[in-house]
Amino acid sequence: MSAPNKALEELTGQDYKYGFVTDVEEDRIPKGLNEDIVRMISAKKNEPEFMLEWRLRAFRHWLTMKEPTWQAVKYPPINYQDLYYYSAPKKKVKLNSLDEVDPEVLATFNKLGISLAEQERLTGVAVDAVFDSVSVGTTFKAKLKELGIIFCSFSEAVQEHPDLIKKYLGSVVPYSDNYYATLNSAVFSDGSFVYIPKGVRSPMELSTYFRINASETGQFERTLIIADEGAYVSYLEGCTAPMRDENQLHAAVVELVALDNASIKYSTVQNWYPGDKEGKGGIYNFVTKRGKCAGKKSKISWKYPSCILQGDDSVGEFYSVAVTNNYQQADTGTKMIHIGKNTRSTIVSKGISAGHGQNTYRGLVKINKGASGARNYSQCDSLLMGDKCGAHTFPYIEVKNSSAQMEHEATTSKIGEDQLFYCKQRGINAEDAVNMIVNGFCKQVFKELPMEFAVEAQKLLSVSLEGSVG
Amino acid sequence: MTTSYQQAFEKDLSRDVPGFLRRLRNEGMERFAKLGFPNRRMEEWKYTGVDPIAQGDFHLGGDKEVSRFTLEEMHRMAFCVLPGPRLVFLNGHFHPALSDLSGLPAGVRLSNLGQALQEDSLRVETYLAKQVGFQDRAFAALNTAFLQNGAYLYLPRGAVLTQPVQLLFVSHGNGAAVVSHPRVLVVAESQSQATLIETYVGEGAYFTNAVTEIVAGEGAVIEHVKLQGESDSAFHIASIGVHQERDSLYTSHSISLGGALTRNDLGTTLDAEGASAIFNGLYMVTGRQHVDNHTSIDHAKPHCTSAELYKGILDGHSQGVFNGRILVRPDAQKTSSQQTNKNLILSEDALINTKPLLEIYANDVKCNHGATIGRLDESQVFYLRARGIDAKLARSLLTYAFASEVVGQIRQDLLRERLQQLIFARLMPGKEAA
Repeated sequence: MSAPNKALEELTGQDYKYGFVTDVEEDRIPKGLNEDIVRMISAKKNEPEFMLEWRLRAFRHWLTMKEPTWQAVKYPPINYQDLYYYSAPKKKVKLNSLDEVDPEVLATFNKLGISLAEQERLTGVAVDAVFDSVSVGTTFKAKLKELGIIFCSFSEAVQEHPDLIKKYLGSVVPYSDNYYATLNSAVFSDGSFVYIPKGVRSPMELSTYFRINASETGQFERTLIIADEGAYVSYLEGCTAPMRDENQLHAAVVELVALDNASIKYSTVQNWYPGDKEGKGGIYNFVTKRGKCAGKKSKISWKYPSCILQGDDSVGEFYSVAVTNNYQQADTGTKMIHIGKNTRSTIVSKGISAGHGQNTYRGLVKINKGASGARNYSQCDSLLMGDKCGAHTFPYIEVKNSSAQMEHEATTSKIGEDQLFYCKQRGINAEDAVNMIVNGFCKQVFKELPMEFAVEAQKLLSVSLEGSVG
Repeated sequence: MTTSYQQAFEKDLSRDVPGFLRRLRNEGMERFAKLGFPNRRMEEWKYTGVDPIAQGDFHLGGDKEVSRFTLEEMHRMAFCVLPGPRLVFLNGHFHPALSDLSGLPAGVRLSNLGQALQEDSLRVETYLAKQVGFQDRAFAALNTAFLQNGAYLYLPRGAVLTQPVQLLFVSHGNGAAVVSHPRVLVVAESQSQATLIETYVGEGAYFTNAVTEIVAGEGAVIEHVKLQGESDSAFHIASIGVHQERDSLYTSHSISLGGALTRNDLGTTLDAEGASAIFNGLYMVTGRQHVDNHTSIDHAKPHCTSAELYKGILDGHSQGVFNGRILVRPDAQKTSSQQTNKNLILSEDALINTKPLLEIYANDVKCNHGATIGRLDESQVFYLRARGIDAKLARSLLTYAFASEVVGQIRQDLLRERLQQLIFARLMPGKEAA
């Protein structure tokens, strides 16, 4: 093995830095899944009748569905009866300020380097931190309220804005959509809700931190973002997960609705625990995220699956970086469904595989008959580190309109030895050189991220690859 | 509808066949009966439904009509008959009178597969049904069940054929819906070279289910042209499997112009260092034609290269499918692979589904693929029109140029020119290529 290869192996072979468990008293309901559990979740959250009905409809539909098998990932069958479907930190008192948050929770965030207090004070980002399932602290709420922006936890929105929930919940991802989305619809515990009124431009980046903490707890998040006519919002979501031995399940649903001339920018960083070097542990993550450009000239640019471009002149953008290490497998990608005229979409996907990681891009670009003048550009690049990893590209392209124009490009390569040599020759050590090259590889995506997040993303990237650079 | 094939199979097999072939054919029928026709729920057949074939009532053509097929008719139906050796088949039956087996170098065997089964049975047994597996491919299994006729070419070490070998498969049921299962086996020993031109033509409604197997030994150079000019109401299914040894070069030109429903499965395994494969393809369809090209390049060993260019021109209500798979196996380091699929849509109602796949399990590789779909560049049309060329001719010229990138790579001058003329005539009825 040549020297740079060895250095690479050392870098990618390090332990997961964010693996730690916080002891917080938890309020759990029994393991398993049946109608009573669904009712119990709904009752615990004190939900109105329509929510319970919606959940039950979803649950009954779920019973008739089969687990999909088309993914290029392998995992032992999941026993859905052997999971907890609800877990919340036990303190049920309504919190007025961050000071009242369980110090352990705050400490966890501190370890992650995203201290809430810090963020609130320094960065001006409003964070709706999700620690397991119940929101523990929401910041900058008052400031957003002045503009009429609603940014709160999903359960709060159900209580306070049931009309909006009723109107938009399931409008993009119906409860019958797919196996995991249906499961989510039945048992989702909490999530974030954003509503931007007509013509309002959100003055700050909205952000949520997800973090799976209680072991064996399926985390079912539900996010709903609505941008009314002419509104603009940029939304961030990031995840890190602690080290666990049993595989954990995550099945989230994110719905974005952009009305006429509205624009939503949705960004996410996922840094799930990849399992250890033997492939033990790690997170199962099955997510349905979908945006709907319902209005004319609306725009969604984002970093995860599925965009329905329904309004004329609407725009969908997708930027993604996926890193797999150890025995991690990722099968990710996007769907761009062009329905309206002159709709445009861009897909830029960068995959990095290290160790035994298997990284798959699977995307669909569909241009319907009525979508004249539709335009798509897709680019998927893969970077391979280590000789046991894999990178796969499965793009599906379906075009039914002659005036549509689409291009797809993909490349797969490893870090050039000449590039490494060039850096090392100039006194940069192998570790920094690899970091530099990988960051350069991802730059096209990172530059689309909001400033604060881009810095964080780069940090996460280097952590997941070598565990020491901060 | 597998029962009618089962009955035909039992009737057909009652004749005298060598033991290993009997076993093989029985196995083929068993597999086919088990698999049945593929359906659109299968990923490999997602965009192509074969109901018209499954529901159609096709019969094996008898060999009596063979004598009625004349030289004039052959020249009328074939794209172009080049000088050199050729084998002609009608409805799957060998036509000795129109075939020409003269002028071959010593040691080279070219014959009807049926004859080779008698004369060269050991070698045929070694290679037959190994390059195109039929365990999970219904149509290949069906072909194997009816394996009897076809072409056999054997090139001994160092043999170089200067003239191309032409294989002409004609389907002409005289009103009856016939089915044929042509089989081609090419075994090229080390350092041998040959060009193979496989042509499929016909009249009326019929079903061709072909399987071609090619074994390229060390350093062998095989150029393979497949012309599909079936009638507009015909169904054409072809599976081509290639096995490549060290430093061999396999070049494929696959041109699909006819057929109501066409499916090509072309796959090669680069099984030793230094092997390379070049896949060129053109599909040009209109009306309600459906054409599906599945290609697969398996980089099983290090230091192999492959390049692929498939182009599609879709007019009318036609549908095109491209599915290109590049697999780089673990340890197939220093692989270099390129794949391009470009599609031109000429009408409002045409449809294209393209899926270029990269599956890579090695790290020291250079692979890329690209796919484009679009219509003619208006600025180019404008450029030509500004120079006094009318709009229709301008569009035809640009489309012709688009197709030429593929056709222009065929090395047989006569054949290339004939194809270019044909394509131009289709774009501009009534005008000849300059």
